[in-house]
Amino acid sequence: MTEEKTKLIDEEGLRTDGRKPDELRPIRIELGYLKHADGSALYEQGKCKILVAVFGPSEVHPKHIELPDRAILKVRYHMAPFSVDERKSPAPSRREMELSMVVRNALEPIVMTELFPRTVIEIFIEILQADGGTRVAGLTAAALALADAGIPLRGLVAGCAVGKADGTMVLDLNDIEDKEGDADMPIAYIPTMNKVSLLQMDGLLTRDEFRQGISMAINGSMRIYALQAAALKSKYSQPENQEKEETQ
Amino acid sequence: MSVTRDRPVISRVLHQELMDLLARDKRMDGRALHEFRKIEVETGMLKKAEGSALVSVGGTKVLVGIKVDLGSPFPDTPNQGVLTVNAELLPLASPTFEAGPPDERSIALARYVDRSIRESKAIDLEALALQPGKIVQVLYIDVYVLDYNGNMTDTAVLAAVKALENTNLKKYTLEGDTPTFNGELAPLALKDYPVSTTFGIIGEKFFLDPDLEEEHAAEGFMSYTYTQGGNLCAVMKNEQGYLTPSQILDMLDVGWEKAQEIGRSMNWRKD
Repeated sequence: MTEEKTKLIDEEGLRTDGRKPDELRPIRIELGYLKHADGSALYEQGKCKILVAVFGPSEVHPKHIELPDRAILKVRYHMAPFSVDERKSPAPSRREMELSMVVRNALEPIVMTELFPRTVIEIFIEILQADGGTRVAGLTAAALALADAGIPLRGLVAGCAVGKADGTMVLDLNDIEDKEGDADMPIAYIPTMNKVSLLQMDGLLTRDEFRQGISMAINGSMRIYALQAAALKSKYSQPENQEKEETQ
Repeated sequence: MSVTRDRPVISRVLHQELMDLLARDKRMDGRALHEFRKIEVETGMLKKAEGSALVSVGGTKVLVGIKVDLGSPFPDTPNQGVLTVNAELLPLASPTFEAGPPDERSIALARYVDRSIRESKAIDLEALALQPGKIVQVLYIDVYVLDYNGNMTDTAVLAAVKALENTNLKKYTLEGDTPTFNGELAPLALKDYPVSTTFGIIGEKFFLDPDLEEEHAAEGFMSYTYTQGGNLCAVMKNEQGYLTPSQILDMLDVGWEKAQEIGRSMNWRKD
């Protein structure tokens, strides 16, 4: 390319948005944002704005795809036409089909699907504003919406991307780092099980950078997990006196 | 929309048997845990395609044909040719494949092959721009899974790279603004030879190059694509299983050992 590459890390080692290499973007969580859905979450991570709704467990249509021993999950990762600089066609792209699959695969281990045979749990992830790391942010929000829907979970899954910008490994890529950086590696981690349930990488990394990236992403996911847990606690743990009133 | 798929009923029976064998570091077909099946490569069998390769890994067969057209570059990369990867899981390859538009499995496979080739910088895309900003060569890599007996990922990446290695491009001269074919062909010069290695995961154990039965029983899969220099250019976890961070790093090292072995057997490296 003839164009001059944008500088992603400045002289002081800070990123385009002023963050340190291992710093997350600010995160805001709003549970139960939607009235009609069984569970929902509005999730913001930096400029990413994501809305997730969960419906179910409910009857399966068409009937023949139901499973006798467990609930099936339906996941739709979808980007709004206005979520990116150039309008995106609302029809599902190949990328969205792949991401719906990897997000579903990452959620399956935490949902106690065996409790609801012959049913479906539907998870709709709408990216309202995209700014890097949307699949893992969508996944983080989906775990919250599942919990908000009261669906029994084995744990929460939290996702975070790492990547390489100007030769430095950085946590939680923003849009420009994602597009102009050298590598992007989204990871989802289930802290209570010490398991990784989503891992992808594209770009070029040395094996050492990959090792470093894994540990940075797990560390970042742990911090996001703490925010998820705090949001759920603040909505669902009742103050003591209120609890007493209800039991009387 | 992605929907949970049913797994073959036999997998629950197989799962137990595989678990018992794996506990003793053994596999059903007698292979070691980190051993590939036999790899066979044939190239240049398709005369209408600019490049072709048929690769079999054990009983899995993947045919790749390369076609090249002239077209316009993408607006954000005006000085580069275009690389397009498509994968077809043909109904003749497995009773679980259906005819019709590509499903999520074939899309994931195509996108993984695409990442492996693109991110390794194996192809100098700028060399494919005949008239930067206007006319470029468009390389179509079509991956045809002919016989599915496990691990189509590694087989497809290998077949794609072999087909590219075997590709001859038309040479063009510019007459005014129009590129004209001057009657000569030149081999596509590859700058790297990415190699993918895929592991199946069952519990604490992971094993290289899963065959079909192992795939039915496996909880998940990890694929790593390495450049000949030992860097990673694509990584993907597949299916519902999950794994510990230390498993991910253990597979990284085993995969690199195997990628070097394959590179040597393909004459891509001399060491």
